[in-house]
Amino acid sequence: MEQVANQVIFYLLSAAIIIFSVLTVTTRRILRAATFLLFVLFATAGLYFQLDYHFLGAVQLAVYAGGIVVLFVFSILLTSGPGEKSERLTNKKRAWGLIASISGAALCLYALLTHVFPVSQFQNGGALDMKQVGHTLMGMEKYQYILPFEALSVLLLACIIGGIMIARKR
Amino acid sequence: MEIPMIYYLVVSAIMFFAGVYGFVTRRNLLAVLISLELMLNAVDINFVVFNRYLFPGQLEGFMFTLFAIGIAAAETAVAIAIIINIYRSIHNVQAKNLDDMKY
Repeated sequence: MEQVANQVIFYLLSAAIIIFSVLTVTTRRILRAATFLLFVLFATAGLYFQLDYHFLGAVQLAVYAGGIVVLFVFSILLTSGPGEKSERLTNKKRAWGLIASISGAALCLYALLTHVFPVSQFQNGGALDMKQVGHTLMGMEKYQYILPFEALSVLLLACIIGGIMIARKR
Repeated sequence: MEIPMIYYLVVSAIMFFAGVYGFVTRRNLLAVLISLELMLNAVDINFVVFNRYLFPGQLEGFMFTLFAIGIAAAETAVAIAIIINIYRSIHNVQAKNLDDMKY
């Protein structure tokens, strides 16, 4: 019973991801594009929850859905008038985009479907231990990640300073 | 094992190439940035799925996704600061008008 529910949820989430990501790149109103992006990010967080990575799903919701999309909506409202539509695509441009994406997708799907992956050892066994995540993030041993964590904190500091420097009035 | 790994990979491949289509065809800089977010997100799904299905005892893909989300946030913030600055100097954000800034 639980397995059936799991499968139904997976199919709903992946249908949402596919439909909304196509809508994100085809709609002509940019504010709607940002809203559809938000739905895609929600569905992705749902996939993370389903794979038992609850912490990652929470991070995805907090950082992407809560932070980045709000930034997008703010900047869209700052730079475009209400109800503004982007101009229609020329056929040439659409053809190039379709060629690039469909040929890329065909190549990628061919490689995926013909490659034989090693046998999966995944069994649905409860959430990841939060203590283990914390130790891995903050430890200094092998396979622990304090150095990238600190590098990322310096990057975020540089990004704050850079954002202020670029965007302030002279 | 109920859901095969390949289903997740196909979903994320479709999402990635939707992002590629948007990246090629869009003209508004913010829309290009939105397509870029789609591509980054698709790659994150791939990392998580490979980690979960092939190496469930380790956390490499998990950590990589965590750091990728942080870096994506930083990159978006800086890019939006640049776009706001462009808007201030040429009063729109269309990619074809960007070469106005050279002259």
